[in-house]
Amino acid sequence: MEIDPFIFRLSIFILSIFVGYYVVWSVTPSLHTPLMSVTNAISSVIIVGAIIAGLAGNSESVFNTSTIFGFLAISLAAINIFGGFLVTQRMLAMYKKKKKDKK
Amino acid sequence: MISANLSAIFYLISGVLFILALRGLSSPETSRQGNFFGILGMLIAITVTFLSIGNFSSGFIFVLIFLLIGGAVGAFIAYKIPMTAMPELVAGFHSLVGLAAVFVAISAFLNPIAFNLGTPGNIKLGSLIEMSIGAAVGAITFSGSVIAFLKLQGIMSGSPITFKGQHPLNAVILISILALIYFLCSTQSPNLFWLLLGVSFLIGFLLIIPIGGADMPVVISMLNSYSGWAAAGIGFTLENTALIITGALVGSSGAILSYIMCKGMNRSFFNVILGGFGATDQSSSAQNKEQRPVKSGNADDAAFLMKNASSVIIVPGYGMAVAQAQHALREMVDTLKKNGIKVSYAIHPVAGRMPGHMNVLLAEANVPYDEVFELEEINNDFANADVAFVIGANDVTNPVAKTDPQSPIYGMPVLDVEKCKSVLFVKRSLSPGYAGIDNDLFYKENTLMLFADAKKMTEDITKNL
Repeated sequence: MEIDPFIFRLSIFILSIFVGYYVVWSVTPSLHTPLMSVTNAISSVIIVGAIIAGLAGNSESVFNTSTIFGFLAISLAAINIFGGFLVTQRMLAMYKKKKKDKK
Repeated sequence: MISANLSAIFYLISGVLFILALRGLSSPETSRQGNFFGILGMLIAITVTFLSIGNFSSGFIFVLIFLLIGGAVGAFIAYKIPMTAMPELVAGFHSLVGLAAVFVAISAFLNPIAFNLGTPGNIKLGSLIEMSIGAAVGAITFSGSVIAFLKLQGIMSGSPITFKGQHPLNAVILISILALIYFLCSTQSPNLFWLLLGVSFLIGFLLIIPIGGADMPVVISMLNSYSGWAAAGIGFTLENTALIITGALVGSSGAILSYIMCKGMNRSFFNVILGGFGATDQSSSAQNKEQRPVKSGNADDAAFLMKNASSVIIVPGYGMAVAQAQHALREMVDTLKKNGIKVSYAIHPVAGRMPGHMNVLLAEANVPYDEVFELEEINNDFANADVAFVIGANDVTNPVAKTDPQSPIYGMPVLDVEKCKSVLFVKRSLSPGYAGIDNDLFYKENTLMLFADAKKMTEDITKNL
């Protein structure tokens, strides 16, 4: 009997939880805020679903209820992607090491 | 158009890049590179999605338009937002992830053919289960985050909103969500789908209103986790590896942060979630308050104490964020350092309104991150320090947590501020902190209270140094 592809996805999911567990514990506490903003940004990879939804219309009807929700989701996810990555970058740029005293 | 196998491999690559993005955050030096990996992963995922659909006709231009609108709004927010507003921003972003998950689920429910999930009214069972879980969690994330946002922004009162029968009501609603998912899957009825979304929005709202302002670090981390699980649910529906990996990463990241925050308050996760903390304690402590003598001083006294010290430890808290005192504080520290005084910062895990809140504010004020220490790293140093400068923190310094088993905060890890030779406490009044209990530190022999706005006091001290 063949294995249902769902089982493979489930395996990826479970293993990723473990990867996430160990990776996140190694994040230094002083970067916990950037961690939250960057996880925000990457979870917006949900935009791939929104793009599929938005492109599902045919040439006669670009807009129907389904694609409209897709388009809206694209905008929401895009706010997060751009906002999340840029604000993370802005924060990370501020973390500086002590300058050597030139005395 | 590229083959399904090839695009699956690219999605896997972007999933790995996201792991590297989080990995980079293990130290500030590698963090910027990590963020770059994250952006690269996102670019790959989006590009591959376009290529795999290959339909560049009518809808494409609209996809781009909506993408650019969202992107412009996001970029604008990212550049404009002040660092003190970061908790609100993160809560707002969580709500968007949740809502996007809901919208994608609606779209897939209405037009399952586009997602290869069957036909309307006859969606594959597995996909429907995944979709409805993703949608329900997304809806909870959305409404919960909106409430968190309103509380952080001050539009809604930060005090817990509780009413009789709250917990039984929530329990009934949660059970009804499971029942709705079950019936939705057996009947495929659109009405049940909308009902499920409505009830999920409602429970998100009800779950967050009883949680008080200072528990926000837990709430934000928890919603962070939810947004991840919602994304993973949708990822299963779309059979998309990048989304599944990301959802799992974000879900566990938020869960770990919630755990760290709960531990920082010595409270169980359920205790925080059930809410209402602090509301009952306030009245009982009110009687024996303001009777004991306190020593209060002015900027001149504080400056004198610090000038004669050889080492100073700064303990910032949420009050510093409220007063926007981080820059003034940094100027004061610069002056101290010029006088050859050793200065370091001590940060409690739950200081502020979100994990790492204080660190970002200090970084914004150009404080080098190697002068900033976590509780465990610095707690032994208080005994050897001359002055502790507590600015906007309260409960996290309360020695009662170590001495009085009756206290609601007993057992919470606290900074051993009282071991310093002298303590300067910047505060607007003697009012108790969030936990509603008096801070013994106020009445200690070696404590000098500085009653003023944190920013103004810090500036005055700098002038007197």
